Amino acid sequence: MRFKDVFSIIGPAMVGPSSSHTAGAARIGRAARQVLGEMPRLAEVIFFGSFAATYQGHGTDRAIAGGLLDFSTDDPRLPDSIELAGEAGMEISFRQGAGLFPHPNTVQLRLTGKESGSELTITGISIGGGNIEIVDIDGFGVKLSGMYPTILINHMDYLGVLASVTDVMRQGQFNIGHMSLDRKNRSGAALTVLELDESATQELLRDLEALPAVKTVKLVDLNEGTSEKEYELKQEDKGKDSTS
Amino acid sequence: MNFQTLSQLAVLCEERNLGIGALMLEEQSAESGRTQEQEFAKMSQYYGVMKEAVHRGMNENTTSRSGLTGLDAQRVGAYNAATEPCLGGAAGEAMAYALAVSEVNASMGRIIATPTAGSCGIIPGVFLSCQERFGWDDDFMVYGLFAAGAIGYVIANNSFVSGAEGGCQAEVGSAIGMAAGALTEMRGGTPAQAMHAVGLALKNTLGLICDPVGGLVEIPCIVRNGFGAVTALAAADMALAGVRSVIPSDEVIKVMLEVGSAMPEMHRETAGGGLAQTPTGRKIMEDLRRE
Repeated sequence: MRFKDVFSIIGPAMVGPSSSHTAGAARIGRAARQVLGEMPRLAEVIFFGSFAATYQGHGTDRAIAGGLLDFSTDDPRLPDSIELAGEAGMEISFRQGAGLFPHPNTVQLRLTGKESGSELTITGISIGGGNIEIVDIDGFGVKLSGMYPTILINHMDYLGVLASVTDVMRQGQFNIGHMSLDRKNRSGAALTVLELDESATQELLRDLEALPAVKTVKLVDLNEGTSEKEYELKQEDKGKDSTS
Repeated sequence: MNFQTLSQLAVLCEERNLGIGALMLEEQSAESGRTQEQEFAKMSQYYGVMKEAVHRGMNENTTSRSGLTGLDAQRVGAYNAATEPCLGGAAGEAMAYALAVSEVNASMGRIIATPTAGSCGIIPGVFLSCQERFGWDDDFMVYGLFAAGAIGYVIANNSFVSGAEGGCQAEVGSAIGMAAGALTEMRGGTPAQAMHAVGLALKNTLGLICDPVGGLVEIPCIVRNGFGAVTALAAADMALAGVRSVIPSDEVIKVMLEVGSAMPEMHRETAGGGLAQTPTGRKIMEDLRRE
């Protein structure tokens, strides 16, 4: 199922004008920011298909920049994000790509981290209604919807790595909704992607990182947005009202 | 979710003796692991955003960044107040509200994608105008949104909901189907009647291309939302009157997939054909590029 729940149809709450070209693009940018794990110093944005044809009119460029600043889809700062990115010290460029692409709304991001200088190339597609899939991370084929909290584990392809990963998950009582593994070559670098039912704790991430053969562990959680936080706060306020 | 087609959805409603909205709330809670109260609260918040967008579009300046669109909702609102509209007051109001939300979207305001931003006016237009007319409370409307979401979930997973994949039929068409089915249930129709409303509505938009001028979600998207709200009312009325979609809704959804898949790229949100490539459409695009 490409669309998993009612809020992928009614929703997201977003700043216009286009769910695929604005909200979806913002989510791809935000996922990329979280996979990189820090603010990018350099961001090269390459648009394909309909994205390439119409990105200026739809504010797709602003949406990507906003996502890279970790903004949610309904953040009122989105329309000014390119200027804000510049102020934050991010050098961002946009161009149209050539060659094959997997979907009419495809974007590739080539990022360099501000602190570590680490590099990341990530490809995302926007499939409609603000829903996305990250399809490639540094040459690893993945399928990451961002609908659920997602853990990315960079590791070496050794016998038993997955068993030790799932064992840590079981001990922490975390259920895995979707899992994929891709490797560069036998016994080489591998990337495992786990979609969880609920957000991961820092403890879980530390335990996973401590496993032998695991290089890095990253958490992507697009649901932790400004709007979600506001919503949670409002719920708390309501609770207070009803008890007082 | 325990259903993949509209006929399965209708059967499930009968088995559990629930309306579409109530059933979808149960299914959503089971899928997300959050309580029904939490999911209901989130949808209530979304309905609040829809109301806010209607209010903004009917009262504030919605001129878009391109300067091409804005304030048409207020023109229609003033006309509706001054005279008897051809549509009659109720449909005229639904049309004005739908235009209002779409204009807020085009001016980079806050909306709820239903199912997309390009089609974000239709459900609020139908829902808010009917709420005022029939005196429904907010909770009732929120169940209606869950019903619309259930219908959209089936359409999206069996066909598509993005203009770049399937043309405007996938966005505006889907939204009309969702609004029509939900409204049929809210007016007391059975799940089976609601499914007929979806099929009747979808048949009317099959083949509609996505040809935005300058690639902007403005021309013709905004007026198509206005028309869409009116069509949803019509489809609900037909279904409530007992008109059936002889080709079952699930089969109509498959036709949408077939037509959209065969649609040339120039008519799928690339601004490479249709209204975008008319002499006037091209001139607008050139003027925008120069700015």
